[in-house]
Amino acid sequence: MNAVLPVAILPNAELVVERGAWVALKRDLKISMAGKGELAQALAFLVIVASLFPLAVGPETMLLKRIAAGVVWVAALLAVLLTLPRLFASDYADGTLEQLLLSPYPLPLIVAGKILGHWLTTGLPLTLVAPLLGVQYGLEGAELAILMLGLLLGTPVLSMIGAIGAALTLGLRGASILMALLVLPLYVPVLIFGAGAAGQVQAAMDPTANLSLLGACLLFGALAAPFAAAAALKISLD
Amino acid sequence: MKIYRYASPTLFYPLAGALWPWFAGFAAILGAVGLYMSFFVAPTDFQQGEVYRIIFIHVPSAWMGMFIYLVMAFYGVLALSFNTRISAMMMHALAPTGAMFTFIALLTGALWGRPTWGTYWIWDARMTSTLILLFLYLGFMALTHAIDDTRRADRAGALLAIVGSVNIPIIYFSVKWWNSLHQSTSVSPGTAPKMAQIMLITMLVMVFACWAYSIAMALVRVRALIREREAGAVLEGTQ
Amino acid sequence: MTHSSLPSLSVRGLTLSRGPRRLFADLKWDLDAGSAMVLRGPNGCGKTTLLRVIAGLTRPESGEVRLGGAPWKALNAEQRRNCLYLGHSAALKEELSVDANLSCALDCDAESVDADALAAALAAVGLGERRHLEARRLSQGQKRRVGLARLALSAKPMWLLDEPTNALDAEGVALFLRLVERHLGAGGMACIATHLPMDIGAPVREIRLGSA
Repeated sequence: MNAVLPVAILPNAELVVERGAWVALKRDLKISMAGKGELAQALAFLVIVASLFPLAVGPETMLLKRIAAGVVWVAALLAVLLTLPRLFASDYADGTLEQLLLSPYPLPLIVAGKILGHWLTTGLPLTLVAPLLGVQYGLEGAELAILMLGLLLGTPVLSMIGAIGAALTLGLRGASILMALLVLPLYVPVLIFGAGAAGQVQAAMDPTANLSLLGACLLFGALAAPFAAAAALKISLD
Repeated sequence: MKIYRYASPTLFYPLAGALWPWFAGFAAILGAVGLYMSFFVAPTDFQQGEVYRIIFIHVPSAWMGMFIYLVMAFYGVLALSFNTRISAMMMHALAPTGAMFTFIALLTGALWGRPTWGTYWIWDARMTSTLILLFLYLGFMALTHAIDDTRRADRAGALLAIVGSVNIPIIYFSVKWWNSLHQSTSVSPGTAPKMAQIMLITMLVMVFACWAYSIAMALVRVRALIREREAGAVLEGTQ
Repeated sequence: MTHSSLPSLSVRGLTLSRGPRRLFADLKWDLDAGSAMVLRGPNGCGKTTLLRVIAGLTRPESGEVRLGGAPWKALNAEQRRNCLYLGHSAALKEELSVDANLSCALDCDAESVDADALAAALAAVGLGERRHLEARRLSQGQKRRVGLARLALSAKPMWLLDEPTNALDAEGVALFLRLVERHLGAGGMACIATHLPMDIGAPVREIRLGSA
């Protein structure tokens, strides 16, 4: 082979640290787009699980209306849980996760980018589909809006906590069950505040407190989770 | 003599060996005295009758379950920041005891609930958050058992314990909040009747018995862990 | 291109065990700019682990890696900026094209490369025609060649390569040797775990692991 080898370009003198999150986000979105089917799978799961409940408890309108928010939230929780392996496990399997750890960008920022990517491809679509399920269960107007708003605030927290669990269980036997065991108890506050907000609207009460608490979880999670998940990744790849 | 010398497993092994029988002895004596007082000395409660006596086991167990998780998280911080092997081992050694106390708290709560509420389980705030605490313990033990490499198991467990302990107040608050929204507040076994002095003393004796038991068990388990992990370094010479 | 800024790398007293097995104890060596260290030894003797320690992925039990006398803290920013680590696996996303894989990798390394240079590098390693194929359609050897393209484009002074010639044909191996030669000639450094004889026009030292 006689082709001329190209000459390398020196690295930027100044590393723009903040770009780390963007680089990771762009990368993960590209991969999600390339793996076409996967995006739809979580949505299909949510819809199917939510459709099973009326079959199990009966089509009584009042009862369905009462459990609607809870069912949608639990189904969304499980749907997010199912997609968590996409966050790190596939990168771990093909060796690209090591490369991300060695990137000059700070790891917590890269993790933050990946979490955002995960939410954009799971939590956000789930939030957008949720009103459809709500209508099936007889929710209306403000009830649907608050259900959606709750999911909008809460599903990012699910991705954040999930990232810690996913990072801790990387490469272990039975990782998915183990991840459920670690992550689901930590999902309890989000479930309570999210479903609580929707429930309060139905009971003609003010859901602001629940939504504020969800917002507080979101802020706290955004500050702490990328660091915890980054530390967990380092431990798991040691 | 400096305390931190005992961060070395080789030095800690004989120390733990010398201490655990004492704590086990205290636990046995205090436990026997405490149980005797619970059942025979403490007076019958005028509201709840004899059933209330279960709080002498229930309340210390619930406290220990909660407290041991925080101690584990504390050892987790030590293990991650100073990289000391013994802190990680203490964490592993405490987990089963903490899980056991949490389970006892749930069990005694249910047994108390049957005559008091007419059902073994109601979704009372305290019972529900204790149940979630039990899940946290199970998650910790499942994770550390699933990892073969001890170094990774130690550090992953430490991180999980810390994350869990940060979440415990949030979980407790959220469950309390949830309970208040649904208006089903009830008397749980923790909310004891007005305590007579003798009841208080009995409770304290039981609390100390649980402490002594936990310390003894942790020391015994740590010794087993040291033997397992550092076979060569320990067994020569010392007991 | 030259890497004038990087002082010598030294390994001091590195010790690491995996479970009950001691992989290496009290390792001590230096590596100067412009030269390569070749790690040899039987399978499972700790070559990969040593490379990971130098890269900062694995923490040693004791000892340290120093760069120009200053300790190289595990995964600190400087270390991550200076090292290019290529592990066992080709580190490609199967569902992305060769092109996209390479540009993602360079992006994450904060190395800016324009599209022409990228295409030229892929052509130079013999993947010019396949650059729009998904990585899953490549053979093992071709996947390795994507790694060679990354080496060709990288400006990082320290290369840590784990069996980089696995699955490569004779032509690929020759290409790899030329890349290393050029890298060292420009003042770079490399630690390479390989069974291959390194016949290149640059100083190469060898260290044998697993004899203890």
